[in-house]
Amino acid sequence: MVNQPGKLTPQAVLGEMLKNEVTHVVCLPDSETNWLYMLMEKEPSLDLVRVAREGQAISTASGISVGGKKPVVLIQNTGLMESGDSIRGWGMGLNRPLVLIVGYRGWTRKGVTPDTAAVYTERFLNAFNIDYYLVESDDDVSRISLAFDEAKKKNQPVAVLIGVEYES
Amino acid sequence: MIETADMLRVFAQYRGNSIVIPGRGGRHWVPLSDQPSRDLPLRDPAMGGHASFAFGMALALPQEKVVLFDSEGDIIMNMGALTTIAEKAPENFYHFLLDNECYATTGGQAIPNATKTAYDVIAKGAGYRAAYAYDDLEELSNDMERILSEPGPVLVAMKVYPEIESLPINARPAWVTRTRDKIIADVQQSVGVATR
Repeated sequence: MVNQPGKLTPQAVLGEMLKNEVTHVVCLPDSETNWLYMLMEKEPSLDLVRVAREGQAISTASGISVGGKKPVVLIQNTGLMESGDSIRGWGMGLNRPLVLIVGYRGWTRKGVTPDTAAVYTERFLNAFNIDYYLVESDDDVSRISLAFDEAKKKNQPVAVLIGVEYES
Repeated sequence: MIETADMLRVFAQYRGNSIVIPGRGGRHWVPLSDQPSRDLPLRDPAMGGHASFAFGMALALPQEKVVLFDSEGDIIMNMGALTTIAEKAPENFYHFLLDNECYATTGGQAIPNATKTAYDVIAKGAGYRAAYAYDDLEELSNDMERILSEPGPVLVAMKVYPEIESLPINARPAWVTRTRDKIIADVQQSVGVATR
């Protein structure tokens, strides 16, 4: 699996999940993650758990974590905000080392984003004191491993913000 | 209507070695349990999440029987969880529902459509392998052993008497004697997974 500088490929993100021995991906698909979703479905070592609402992803992942397996949560920033109470209670309150890979809808480095989903994402994470890493290309994907390391060290959720759409 | 404490005494006879997440029945279950190291009396980390949490444990520990005592107020906060549980269909998951038709911990206000909602029908419609409804303890007692020997996921909806709490939260008697970290560590040690 060769990373592609300047682009974000689903293969690179999947590679990080496998490197970190993720067992379950608790996810609610969004348009940005579709390529990754298709790859994950073909990966026999991953158990995909499809949820109906993002707060449900956090409590599910928390249970998987207490059960001794290693989940990752894959959601969009809109759903991250919906998940606030679940993150507080089931993630932070139970001291779970959860990595949340979050589609950063609306994020741009150019001009002003009109998308309030992006406007409030980092403010939300800061309000909850959740550390986060930005990933915009394959050059950045090693930050996913940093997030796993930090979550384990602190026994707290850590977020990875996916700032671009995947290229297949 | 069923008294929660009486129902839990019946369940205790058939608990076996299962992991028990007592949820809203916690304050009755803690003094009853003969295996506290396999219990997760977490109180209420965040309302609406018990079903997903217990389901997650069932997924991670397929060799263990996982029993949850959920509430109807929790389940209607996150009804979509039922479809996820049904899709993954963990055979080791037993989902008991304490339906007291009100929000007892906040003073007894009515649950939406409290007397007409059929949670067993909803669970069955979501795709649970089996779902039952009881409002009589004797009938439930007769069926408890059989239900717990069936493959899950199973939902058991029970009409229970409300135990309304009106004291301010900080003035309520504490019934959990261990920290959450200790409770989790005890269960993880009991099932043989690395603590954390």
